[in-house]
Amino acid sequence: MKYFAEELDIAVIGAGHAGIEAALAAARLGCKTVMFAINLDSVGNMPCNPSIGGTSKGHLVREIDALGGEMGIAADKNTLQTRMLNTGKGPAVHSLRAQIDRRKYCAYMKNVVENQQNLILKQAEIVSLTRDEDGLWHLFTRLEAEYTAKCVILATGTFLGGRIFVGDVSYDSGPDGMFPATELAQSLKDLGVQLRRFKTGTPPRLNRNSIDFSVMEPQYGDEHKVPFSFDFEGEIENTEACYVTYTNEKTKQIILDNLHRSPLYGGKIDGVGPRYCPSIEDKIVRFAEKERHQLFVEPCGGDTQEMYLQGLSSSLPEDVQLEFLHTIPGLEKAQVMRTAYAIEYDCVDPLSLRSSLEFREFDGLYGAGQFNGSSGYEEAAAQGLVAGINAARKILGKEPVILDRAGSYIGTLIDDLVTKGCTDPYRMMTSRSEYRLLLRQDNADRRLTPIGYEIGLISEERWNKFNRKLELIEKETERVKNVVIHASDALNKMLVSRETSPLNIGVRMVELLKRPQISYADLAEFDIERPDLPYEIFEQVEISIKYEGYLKRQEAQVAEMRRLEVKKLPEDIDYSKVVGLRLEAIEKLNKVRPENIGQASRISGVSPADISVLLIRLQGE
Amino acid sequence: MKNSTTVAAISTPVAAGGIGVIRISGDEAVDIVSKIFVPSGKKIVADMKGYTAAHGIVYDGDKAIDEAVLLVFRAPHSYTGEDVAEISCHGGVYVVSRVLRAVLAAGALPAAPGEFTKRAFLNGKLDLTKAEAVMSLISAQGEQSAGAAMTALEGALSKKIIAAAQTLITDSAYLAAWVDYPDDEIEEISTDKLLADYKNVLSEIESLLNNYDAGRAITEGVDTVIAGKPNVGKSTLMNFLAGFRRSIVTDIAGTTRDVVEDTVRLGNVVLHLADTAGIRETGNEVEKIGVDFAVGRVERAALVLAVFDLSREFDNEDKAVLELCKNKCAVAVINKDDLEPKFDLSVLDNFKHIVYISAKDGKGAEKLAEAVESALGTNSVDTSAALLANERQRLCCEKAADCIREAISALEMNMTLDAVTVSTDSAINELLTLTGEKATDAVINEVFSRFCVGK
Repeated sequence: MKYFAEELDIAVIGAGHAGIEAALAAARLGCKTVMFAINLDSVGNMPCNPSIGGTSKGHLVREIDALGGEMGIAADKNTLQTRMLNTGKGPAVHSLRAQIDRRKYCAYMKNVVENQQNLILKQAEIVSLTRDEDGLWHLFTRLEAEYTAKCVILATGTFLGGRIFVGDVSYDSGPDGMFPATELAQSLKDLGVQLRRFKTGTPPRLNRNSIDFSVMEPQYGDEHKVPFSFDFEGEIENTEACYVTYTNEKTKQIILDNLHRSPLYGGKIDGVGPRYCPSIEDKIVRFAEKERHQLFVEPCGGDTQEMYLQGLSSSLPEDVQLEFLHTIPGLEKAQVMRTAYAIEYDCVDPLSLRSSLEFREFDGLYGAGQFNGSSGYEEAAAQGLVAGINAARKILGKEPVILDRAGSYIGTLIDDLVTKGCTDPYRMMTSRSEYRLLLRQDNADRRLTPIGYEIGLISEERWNKFNRKLELIEKETERVKNVVIHASDALNKMLVSRETSPLNIGVRMVELLKRPQISYADLAEFDIERPDLPYEIFEQVEISIKYEGYLKRQEAQVAEMRRLEVKKLPEDIDYSKVVGLRLEAIEKLNKVRPENIGQASRISGVSPADISVLLIRLQGE
Repeated sequence: MKNSTTVAAISTPVAAGGIGVIRISGDEAVDIVSKIFVPSGKKIVADMKGYTAAHGIVYDGDKAIDEAVLLVFRAPHSYTGEDVAEISCHGGVYVVSRVLRAVLAAGALPAAPGEFTKRAFLNGKLDLTKAEAVMSLISAQGEQSAGAAMTALEGALSKKIIAAAQTLITDSAYLAAWVDYPDDEIEEISTDKLLADYKNVLSEIESLLNNYDAGRAITEGVDTVIAGKPNVGKSTLMNFLAGFRRSIVTDIAGTTRDVVEDTVRLGNVVLHLADTAGIRETGNEVEKIGVDFAVGRVERAALVLAVFDLSREFDNEDKAVLELCKNKCAVAVINKDDLEPKFDLSVLDNFKHIVYISAKDGKGAEKLAEAVESALGTNSVDTSAALLANERQRLCCEKAADCIREAISALEMNMTLDAVTVSTDSAINELLTLTGEKATDAVINEVFSRFCVGK
């Protein structure tokens, strides 16, 4: 029998990486919040790779942290191995990645959620979502409890209409053997939300004891360990190794011989899979000339023997998987604990969302994570944080927080989703940001902590700490601009060894730091009065000096872009009635419904002439 | 509209005409004009009041392009409501676009279709009804230029620009894959290869920019001067070419005192003709100005038609003409073919192209056309070859070239590749303006089609 359970401000459906950030942010901003999970043991689960961060995703985690989110600190506290990627390729593309103890991470996150004031964690499957005339949302659980909420955040991941494929076997299922959410999709459709099918997949997990590591190359973590969180204090664990092995001609042949048994090539899967995360059969078909494909064997935790096999995602039948797996050096006797699978799920076209992640058509309804067409834990968490903040602000009567492309990867991610849409699951990449020299992982706090503080997710203590850091950077920058490095044989020897010209007379340190070949560390012994400061202070000073010209150039581009970004377009504008727009532009504009002229100008099919027409229209209003 | 950019465009129809007007509008309009326009009198451009005019010369760098009249309007009393400067120069597509180019080089941005009207509306100079009429016009223009872009897309120019962009996109995609997939087996691309690619692309774009003027010879015509001593038949030749009497033709030497302009088609080439006062020593003040002007004109022209009179003997004045034609693209035109020859033809050894005509009788037109085309090299130009079609394309190429130069200098300075790719992305964006794609999208699509990456 139906019964009324509770009246809430915000209900979050789903307790993955998006749901957690959304629920925590909402509760921390003072809203009475509930987070529903189909299984409480899946809170913060990593059903795919046991790692957080990576190229551009590491940037996202640091940005989430800088705004007051939880993912960074949770990763730091449950790390097995940490590496800064791309260290030789320039500061814009340095990216932190950590292998994570996934069970510990889940336990940590669940505990944080449980202890959060204003937040209720509830195991329940939501089967129906409706809105009454007053705009209040009603949620019903499978056990017939009714909850009401002013705002609802959909963070359903691969649970929504989830269906698993392994060869010709398929069945309704959530990830990792969890129950799927089967009825909510229909309820959303009844509401008028248009859903579509996306697909993703995961490789097998193997028992560590069945693997011969002696034929694989080990890969260890960094000696200099950097945390994700700007607020992390303490030591990061860095104990585990990953291992590299390769597929070969035999692997390839077995896969080719059995392609007809793949649900992807057999046409059973309608969902669109991600380009960046192809299954092994995809890789072999699309890149037929490649003789071998690289695989990584990664630990799933400190107290489990499960190993994740990165690079071998597949939806071929279990017997085929075993056959080709055993052709791989070191895996000849590998025992598969969890079979690789493809999973299809329901998600929304993100063009139906605003930059706040609220549905344009449904007041108080928000989407985050895979539900919005993205992929990846970090992308999900980033959107969850923004959706949570904006749902809370709506209830508190405040304007939504819109992060723009010029200020963060989070802003770039959301802007890409809501203005360009996506035809396959969207993954963040450094090359997606045109302002990547400014949006570095090292300065995420300088870019976003002031915003996080203003929102109310940064404590006074952390704020003070942040301001002390800024002071140190400023002071050190001043010092470097004034301190003179004297010419000496030792200095010139070092300069020449770095293939840069020696000095006849002393110069200010800033001049030497401008040389790409010379680092802060190189000058240590010649910079006698150097204060004892943390590495990240020197890093900030050095980057701003070395890249000064390039940074200024990007800042000018940002100013130009923001000029158009402040010109808001009215929400109710009917573009077919705007005299002078071209037909294609009318169609695109009516579909995307950009919030401002800047967004409009990024839509393919909207020409500069159309932008002129819109500007005129704006002035006429 | 405060703090707006300053924009410029040709505001008369882009066609051969008596006069061409370049309009510059925005806060810096008068400042920008003062950099390229030198008044003949004592007037200082920056101090000119609204509704005043000045006569003077338009310069591109230190090279004089044309004499012109400058009109200044001060905000808000102008069409757009902003400070406006209008340069009225000699008509003809070529001269007008040269002046526009000088204005853009001095700091103005090219005006978007309908931009002056848009600004007029934004500044309250037009009411909404009028503005709505203009909006349809803007969109019509947009459609037109989109059409033009499509034609251009199929053309050789686009192929070339896209090929240049593609080289950059391929390299950027390689670098993007190398950066975004550090665990995949993607080899580091060598600085030498990048440098070589960037330099190739740069030289491609530079050659497009250089050919811009050569292309104009065909599409928009060549500045041509008819030179020769007095009464040698220059005006007759002009009229012969133009097909109507444009200059005053008399038998009294020195009748033509101004430079007369006309645009004619000779064979495949459009010539912007200037008939000049005869070159000779003169005591007559008025005529002297005409002669000086003619000399200057010859120096600046892209083609000289040097006219000699077969019926009179070679003299010092002919010699002066020979001197002027040194190092110029020139055709010797021997007139009065019908009269008894007295002229010593051996003095013309330096001319590669010599034609005999009788301007009065209209004989020799075909031969003259052949000689002109051969002199200009237009007979060997492949009209389907890549040529920049307009000022916007030229500006895109110029910006792209600047960005590539930055990328090259960053590479040569050993900057990290993240700083380099930001410049090449900008270059790709400039080049892709023609296709409407965005650099980041193009690069990412390339990554996935080219590389086998991902978990």
